Amino acid sequence: MSRLDLNAVLDWVLPGSKVLDLGCGDGAFLQRLKDERAVIGVGVDIDPENLTAAVGRGLDVIQEDINDGLHCFTTNRFDIVILAHALQELTHPHLVLQRMVDIGDEAIVSFPNFGHWRCRIHLGFLGRMPMSRAMPRHWYDTPNIHFCTVRDFEALCSALCIDIIERATIAGAAQGILGKWWPNLFATSAVYRICRSAR
Amino acid sequence: MSGDFPSGSVGLVTPQSVRFSGAFTFANGATLDGYELVYETYGELNATGDNAVLICHALSGSHHAAGYHDGADRRAGWWDLVIGPGKPIDTRRLFVVCSNNLGCCDGSTGPNAARDDGTPWGSRFPQPQVQDWVRSQKQLAEHLGISRWAAVIGGSLGGMQALQWAVDFPEWVEHCVALAAAPGLTAQNIAFNEIARHAIVSDPDWHEGNYLAEGTLPARGVALARMVGHLTYMSADGMSDRFGRELREGSYTPESNQEWVFQVESYLRHQGARFSTQFDANTYVLMTRALDLFDLARSHGDGLAQTLSRATAEFLIVSFSSDWRFPPQRSIEIRDALLAVEKPVTYANIETDDGHDAFLLPNQTYEKLLDQWMRRVGPHESA
Repeated sequence: MSRLDLNAVLDWVLPGSKVLDLGCGDGAFLQRLKDERAVIGVGVDIDPENLTAAVGRGLDVIQEDINDGLHCFTTNRFDIVILAHALQELTHPHLVLQRMVDIGDEAIVSFPNFGHWRCRIHLGFLGRMPMSRAMPRHWYDTPNIHFCTVRDFEALCSALCIDIIERATIAGAAQGILGKWWPNLFATSAVYRICRSAR
Repeated sequence: MSGDFPSGSVGLVTPQSVRFSGAFTFANGATLDGYELVYETYGELNATGDNAVLICHALSGSHHAAGYHDGADRRAGWWDLVIGPGKPIDTRRLFVVCSNNLGCCDGSTGPNAARDDGTPWGSRFPQPQVQDWVRSQKQLAEHLGISRWAAVIGGSLGGMQALQWAVDFPEWVEHCVALAAAPGLTAQNIAFNEIARHAIVSDPDWHEGNYLAEGTLPARGVALARMVGHLTYMSADGMSDRFGRELREGSYTPESNQEWVFQVESYLRHQGARFSTQFDANTYVLMTRALDLFDLARSHGDGLAQTLSRATAEFLIVSFSSDWRFPPQRSIEIRDALLAVEKPVTYANIETDDGHDAFLLPNQTYEKLLDQWMRRVGPHESA
């Protein structure tokens, strides 16, 4: 999977930030944040092998199911809470988003855009659930149970009183500019910097 | 004789002992005019003294954590699984110390030791608490020329002791590992301990704890206490897998008049019988009581998080999915308190059927996690 979204995330993390990485996997990105942004980081992952790999990098990680509500973290504990390409795997994405903006001053969320034109072709013309290099699994055995589009996500943020501070879109090389103008159609994935609305 | 031990073993080890002659005052105010600690060490203390690791034993453990006592010895120390050259607690680079707790019965001063008048302490031995063990181990560390532990590590009661170390002497503990531990006992835990103690003190050979002076042993009581204890160390699924409903003696035929002995009965009886002659009854009473009294949250001020805020260590907290003596939720309490006061902590819940005993048993995920985490412990080669 191309993880260009991680570069965007990296750009938004200030040096020395306190960071929580939800679904940190083997810790490669959290380590990069430590190396390049000198963050104080904690990772969360549920998979024992990921956990061991992250521990092997010298990281502090908590084995926990994000779906269980992240009650172990107190409000305003982190500068930034990151959820990179895991939103679509959650049982209740909206609850996790709310929790993220509570425990972090800011949150960064990236996800594959289901509104991308290739997805629409799969669904609209072939009548099949989309599959691609980034989404290689069949609908019945994919961990991705809650796909959304760029517009869906922005509508959810609005409904949850979450402000979008910044948005970055990832698109194929030829469609970079289109991805910026029409993200819902041309972005393969999107990255958002969000926070609890002051309103 | 040497070289005949399994690879990865520390090999032949010899217990050592040290006598501290000054008075020792227990947390409850009782005093000893000096005491002895028996201990083992594995590996070498380096010149800078920053590679020392303390292992804290559990309820019925001892200083014999790894290796063998003689060439014919086929039973390695209780935690040989993880201590040795190339193992998670790697004796090629770490200096490992394990002592028998004060008040235990494997050589450190305890109820089975003789007083100045030559009679055994028996029931007169003071009630030690976890803090007392920490302070006595600090004396041992100073005796060994150690001024800071690269890590203090333990499982069950030993894990609680490691946590106590981290809050009693924060500057002494760089890393703290608590496996299958709890911040304090629940009513159910205390109840099981009380059943064990009741079994012992109800034995006609108990003699108010002075059975040694009477030339006897409350072996039936200790055996029963151990059987109850042992039961709580295993999980229901683990027991089903291991013993099922298999008969060791007798048969399932309806007309059978033989005596029936299920495998699980035979196992528990064997565990009880073996333990009853090896372990001192007074020590068992004192140890279970020390467990009951352990209360990390109350040991410094108010509440678990506030207590743990004293610590400067990095923590590894591990629970085991089928442990019902100190279930994962108890480790999660410790983890959450550490997170609340922003202490560096790693937490894992290991999937296993081995119950509370899992921290002593082979398990790839567990061993690998501990191995990877231990790499941050001790001196690091500068690049």
